[in-house]
Amino acid sequence: MEIDPFIFRLSIFILSIFIGYYVVWSVTPSLHTPLMSVTNAISSVIIVGAIIAGLAGNSENIFNTSSVFGFLAISLAAINIFGGFLVTQRMLAMYKKKRKDK
Amino acid sequence: MISANLSAIFYLISGVLFILALRGLSSPETSRQGNFFGIIGMVIAITVTFLSIGNFSSGFAYVLIFLLIGGLIGAFIAYKIPMTAMPELVAGFHSLVGLAAVFVAISAFLNPEAFNLGSPGYIKLGSLIEMSIGAVVGAITFSGSIIAFLKLQGIMSGSPITFKGQHLLNALILISILVVTYLLCSTQSSNLFWILLAISLLIGFLLIIPIGGADMPVVISMLNSYSGWAAAGIGFTLENTALIITGALVGSSGAILSYIMCKGMNRSFFNVILGGFGATDQSPSSGSKEQKPVKSGNAEDAAFLMKNASSVIIVPGYGMAVAQAQHALREMVDTLKKNDIKVSYAIHPVAGRMPGHMNVLLAEANVPYDEVFELEEINNDFANADVAFVIGANDVTNPAAKTDPQNPIYGMPVLDVEKCKSVLFVKRGLSPGYAGIDNDLFYKENTLMLFADAKKMTENITKNL
Repeated sequence: MEIDPFIFRLSIFILSIFIGYYVVWSVTPSLHTPLMSVTNAISSVIIVGAIIAGLAGNSENIFNTSSVFGFLAISLAAINIFGGFLVTQRMLAMYKKKRKDK
Repeated sequence: MISANLSAIFYLISGVLFILALRGLSSPETSRQGNFFGIIGMVIAITVTFLSIGNFSSGFAYVLIFLLIGGLIGAFIAYKIPMTAMPELVAGFHSLVGLAAVFVAISAFLNPEAFNLGSPGYIKLGSLIEMSIGAVVGAITFSGSIIAFLKLQGIMSGSPITFKGQHLLNALILISILVVTYLLCSTQSSNLFWILLAISLLIGFLLIIPIGGADMPVVISMLNSYSGWAAAGIGFTLENTALIITGALVGSSGAILSYIMCKGMNRSFFNVILGGFGATDQSPSSGSKEQKPVKSGNAEDAAFLMKNASSVIIVPGYGMAVAQAQHALREMVDTLKKNDIKVSYAIHPVAGRMPGHMNVLLAEANVPYDEVFELEEINNDFANADVAFVIGANDVTNPAAKTDPQNPIYGMPVLDVEKCKSVLFVKRGLSPGYAGIDNDLFYKENTLMLFADAKKMTENITKNL
């Protein structure tokens, strides 16, 4: 009997939870705020689904109900992607070590 | 157009890059590189999606337009936002992830053919369940984050909103979510889908209103976690590895942060979630303690004490963020350092309104991160320090958490500031902190209260040094 592809996805999911667990525990507490903003940015990879939804309309009817939700979701996710990565970068740029001449 | 197998490989690569993005945050040196990996991963995921659809019709132009609109708004916010407003920003971003998940679920429900999930009314059962989970969790994330945002922004009162039968109502709604999901899966009725979304939005709202302002670090972390699970639910629907991996990463990240925050307050997760903590009703002991003598001083006294110290520990808290005093504080510390006084910073896990909030503010004020220490790292040093300078923190310094089992915060790990030779406590008045309890530290022999705005007081001390 063949294994349902769902099981493979579930395996990826479970293993990723474990990876997440160990990776996040190794994040230094002083970077917890950037951690939250970067997780925001990467969870917006949901934009992939939004793009599929947006492009699903046929050429005569680009804006049907389903694709409008897709387009809106593209904008929402894009706010997060750009906002999330850029604000993380802005924060990380501020973390500096003690200057040696002091 | 590229094959489904090839695009799956690329999604896997972007998933791996996202793992590396989080891995980079293990130290500030590698963190910027990590963020870069994250960006690459995102670019790969988006490009591959375009290529795999391969339909560069007029719809494609609209995709780019909407992408650009969102991108510009996001970039604008990222450059404009003050660092003190990070908690609000993150809460706002969570709500967007939630709403995006809801929208994707809606369009998948309305047009399942586009996602290879069957046809309207005949959506594959597994996909429908996954879709519903994504939509429910997304909706809860959305409405919950909106409330968190309003509370953090001060538009809505930070005090918990409770009413009779609240928990019963919430329990009933949660059960009805399960029932409606079951009915939806057996009938495929679109009305039930809308009802499901509506009650999920409602429960998100109801779950967050009873939680007080000081518990916001837990709430934000928890919503962070939810946004991850919502993304994972959608990832299963779309059979997309990048989304599944990311959802799991974000979900566990938020859960760990919630755990760390709860531990920092010595409270169980359920205690926080059930809410009502920090309500404005006063603890019985506060009345009698008001009469105790308090030593108060001015900037000159504080400057005198610090000038004669050889080591000073700064304890910042949310009040510092409110007063925007971090730059003034850094200037004061610079002056102290010129006089060869050793200065370090002590940060409690729940200082501020989100995990790591104080660290970012200090970094913004150019405080080197190797002078900033966590509670466990620095707590033993208070006994050897001459002056503790408490600015904007309160409950996290309360010695009653160690001595008084009757105290609501008993057992919470606190900074041992009272062990310092002298304690300077900057505060506007004697009012209790967010936990609504009096701080014994105010009445200690070696405590000098500095009643003033944190920023003004710090500036005055610098002048007197």
